[in-house]
Amino acid sequence: MDSFREGISMLQIKNLRAKIGGQEILRGIDLSIRAGEVHAIMGPNGSGKSTLAHVLSGRESYEVTGGEILYEGKNLLAMTPEERAREGMFLAFQYPVEIPGVSTTYFLKAALNAVRKHRGLEELDAMEFLSLIKERMKLVEMEQSLLNRPLNEGFSGGEKKRNEILQMAVLNPKLAVLDETDSGLDIDALRIVAGGVNALRQKDRAMIVITHYQRLLNYIVPDFIHVLYDGRIVKSGSKELALELEVKGYDWIKDEVAAVQ
Amino acid sequence: MKSSQSKERFLSAFERFQKGFAASPDWLRDLRRAGIACFDELGFPTTRDEEWRFTNVEPIVSTSFESANGAGKILRPEDLYSRSFIDSAYNRIVFVNGIFCPEHSSVRGLPSNVRVENLSAALTTDDGVIEPYLSRDTRYRQEAFVALNTAFTEEGAFVLVPRGVVVTEPIYLVFASYGNGFPVMSHPRNLVICEAGSQARIVESYVGFGEQPYLTNVVTKVVGEEGAIIDYYRVQREASKGYHVGALSARMSRNCSFTAHSVTLSGSLIRNDIHALLDGEGATCVLNGLYLLDGKQHVDNHTEIDHAKPRATSQELYKGILSGTSHAVFNGKILVQKDAQKSDARQTNKNLLLSENAVVNTKPQLEIHADDVKCSHGSTIGQLDTDALFYLRSRGLDAADAQSLLSYAFASDLVGRMRIAPLRARLDDYLLTSFRRSQS
Ligand SMILES: Nc1ncnc2c1ncn2[C@@H]1O[C@H](COP(=O)(O)OP(=O)(O)OP(=O)(O)O)[C@@H](O)[C@H]1O
Ligand SMILES: [Mg+2]
Repeated sequence: MDSFREGISMLQIKNLRAKIGGQEILRGIDLSIRAGEVHAIMGPNGSGKSTLAHVLSGRESYEVTGGEILYEGKNLLAMTPEERAREGMFLAFQYPVEIPGVSTTYFLKAALNAVRKHRGLEELDAMEFLSLIKERMKLVEMEQSLLNRPLNEGFSGGEKKRNEILQMAVLNPKLAVLDETDSGLDIDALRIVAGGVNALRQKDRAMIVITHYQRLLNYIVPDFIHVLYDGRIVKSGSKELALELEVKGYDWIKDEVAAVQ
Repeated sequence: MKSSQSKERFLSAFERFQKGFAASPDWLRDLRRAGIACFDELGFPTTRDEEWRFTNVEPIVSTSFESANGAGKILRPEDLYSRSFIDSAYNRIVFVNGIFCPEHSSVRGLPSNVRVENLSAALTTDDGVIEPYLSRDTRYRQEAFVALNTAFTEEGAFVLVPRGVVVTEPIYLVFASYGNGFPVMSHPRNLVICEAGSQARIVESYVGFGEQPYLTNVVTKVVGEEGAIIDYYRVQREASKGYHVGALSARMSRNCSFTAHSVTLSGSLIRNDIHALLDGEGATCVLNGLYLLDGKQHVDNHTEIDHAKPRATSQELYKGILSGTSHAVFNGKILVQKDAQKSDARQTNKNLLLSENAVVNTKPQLEIHADDVKCSHGSTIGQLDTDALFYLRSRGLDAADAQSLLSYAFASDLVGRMRIAPLRARLDDYLLTSFRRSQS
């Protein structure tokens, strides 16, 4: 990789290895992402996509056994999950957590103010926050009544995913990792969520979009597609790769990998 | 040895107290003497007593408590109000170190036929209303602290809501304590009578100030006659060296509904006994409890729900959050008597441990003598959900804030069940800030 490219990478993952429950799941990942780019990660179930997303956001139950991650030139692995969030990382969870007893508004205001404080911005008061969130909710066409309900509790699958994108829209991250934000959505919800994500595409923001389906990538057209298989990125390509995968499945890639080994 | 010395101290305090008996009616003098005699015989409970297995009263036994002599240092109203979550517009009767404080009290907002008085004043004019309730309450024969309270029965709140009267404004009974140069003890005796078809909201608030030890040993009797609706709150915000032993007994007649919310926020050693007697068909009893402990605090909740008549319902939910090296005890007994068919009793105790060194002893006790009943109980002791913690942190909340928010969430449904909006709001605030404080 040439030094010029390294210099302007927002995220650089080098030979990353990680374990959970005694088992090595990530077995040497290399990936470099620049501001403004959208990278899609595809791959069969259990190949390590969510593991990568969690390691990026600092989940402690995963043990990083090798490699490094540079985020804006800093050692990401030395940062706590909250430091990463405040520095502009965001993970839209594949399975958003239900938190009874904490209203969505309260939580999101606390999160936003923690992030703003870190960035040297004034904390928002209740009124300012409310008008911000109202505006952002339009992006994902979310019912306002959801705001007063406990966070994700009893939300439908689609409501949970919209709520993830709403949080992203409010927190304004530099690097967003969307883990199967399209799973479990009906046609309308998919269009709405994808539209929301697209609206948040900016030249100073990068995204990693984890998905199983080409149809999401019709809406959110990626700059690169990577195939994660058995803990490694085994193939990278342009957006056409998704079409090929849609038609041919993963077996041919598995065969290619087997042939090399 | 120590225990008997301490007993002597209480016996001689009683001798001094007895000198001022002249104004009391004969039956009360006899009752007090019976109380001290029982205390003398029973002595303080030890951890060898089944009901006190996990609660060692040694700190109480080894302290020389004295009754307060007069008002002493005057509490500033602001301090009293803010600590007891009230304000100057509330209907309240205030006791400081067990002594009625007319200057802090005001019940002007109540219907004129509702009585809220100092018990000792009510006793001097009593036309036989109070006497039977006090005389027939014989718990002092088995329970040393009730015996002690009976011996020292003098002041406390007397509330009478007449037949059919609906009181919408809450009535606050405030008990403030502070060591007054020496460890002070008080033995408030409360009697609350809600006559048939009446309705009332009552808040017992216990607050402590200062660094000196004190003992509040309170006995409350609540009587709900047919169809009465009683919403009862007890908020304990005792000082760091406050010892509190409280016995609440409630008797519900037919179709009476009694809901109690017990909230323990602070104090050194706290023991709460609730005895709820469902003494009429169709009576309903809800016991909600929340206890927050940190440091070396000890809180023991013993509840007993006695289904004596058919078709009565009881629901109990107690939740605790513990950090530091604190210790909580929950003992929930449900007794269904032989004739109490179609009883419906549910009990749940949930505990959240924020520290590895905190201890919970939880024990349900079912004693069922009828065959056609629904009874369930369950208890849990758990830690914070790591998935939830990570979710909050991944959005920028630091670990301490995430933990305090989840602790708050654990408690919030109990607060949400309270029907007095201003109290609910103040408790909400208190919980959010106190969890944050306990982290830093
Ligand atoms: N706590 C755990 N202990 C042991 N193995 C785990 C644990 N969590 C995940 N794994 C394993 O790690 C592997 C990778 O899981 P991961 O969730 O990263 O896959 P994924 O690519 O996101 O799959 P999907 O497409 O189904 O979401 C799987 O084989 C999974 O069973
Ligand atoms: Mg996954």
